[in-house]
Amino acid sequence: MSKTLSEEFYRLMEQLQEVDFVLVELTLYLDTHPEDYDAIKQFNEFAQKSMVLKQQIETKYGPLQQYGNSYSGYPWNWDQPPWPWQM
Amino acid sequence: MWIYEKKLQYPVKVSKCDPMMAKFLIEQYGGADGELAAALRYLNQRYTIPDKIIGLLTDIGTEEFAHLEMIATMVYKLTKDATAEEMKEAGLGAHYADHDKALFYHNAAGAPFTATYIQAKGDPITDLYEDIAAEEKARATYQWLINMSDDPDIIDSLSFLREREIVHSQRFREAVEILKEDQGRKKVF
Repeated sequence: MSKTLSEEFYRLMEQLQEVDFVLVELTLYLDTHPEDYDAIKQFNEFAQKSMVLKQQIETKYGPLQQYGNSYSGYPWNWDQPPWPWQM
Repeated sequence: MWIYEKKLQYPVKVSKCDPMMAKFLIEQYGGADGELAAALRYLNQRYTIPDKIIGLLTDIGTEEFAHLEMIATMVYKLTKDATAEEMKEAGLGAHYADHDKALFYHNAAGAPFTATYIQAKGDPITDLYEDIAAEEKARATYQWLINMSDDPDIIDSLSFLREREIVHSQRFREAVEILKEDQGRKKVF
């Protein structure tokens, strides 16, 4: 059930958690401050960073999202452990 | 539509098997001021709130599901290696009898989740005041949980969640101001 993952996976995952946290925080902030130009600039920069990191993780460790938001490997690798609570 | 992401919002580590802490943490899973109640409350209020606030309720409601998964992960990790005897000693005998190690939406005292924990009044300011109160109650609960833990990893994750309640409360307070401003403007002929 809990496959041992490399240190690299955990490092990349933590980087993604950091970048995506900035995006969550800025999303909520922009919901109530829609005209903050600098915040939107920062949001778009981090959206780009997040995309690059996700691609890096998915190429090596499989899809982070499905319904077509991520590519699939062969065979279908979406349901491969570990799930977040198993990491 | 919602898209699931195979990633916790913030890392959850636990230092030891601790079913008693899991029993307390369940308060934030299926309790009155827990993450399930929060997610369902905000996502349900969206339909009748003014347009300017829909995005905020959607995004905070969605983040609450990420928090629900963090709590579930803590409970799962704290109990997965516990024996039946250890579950019993931790006060989880009644839980174990009905659910084994499965999670269940109830509070720390075992009362099952109920929709009566949440309200949607249809009055925007009233709904937002309820939301602010909900965030503050959840923040207090996280503090009481932190006070009962001696596990630095659990305290770290709980501290993150406590901080998120503060940010959500702040955003809801700003939403109240946005609505007030809007209502004030409409009165000018």
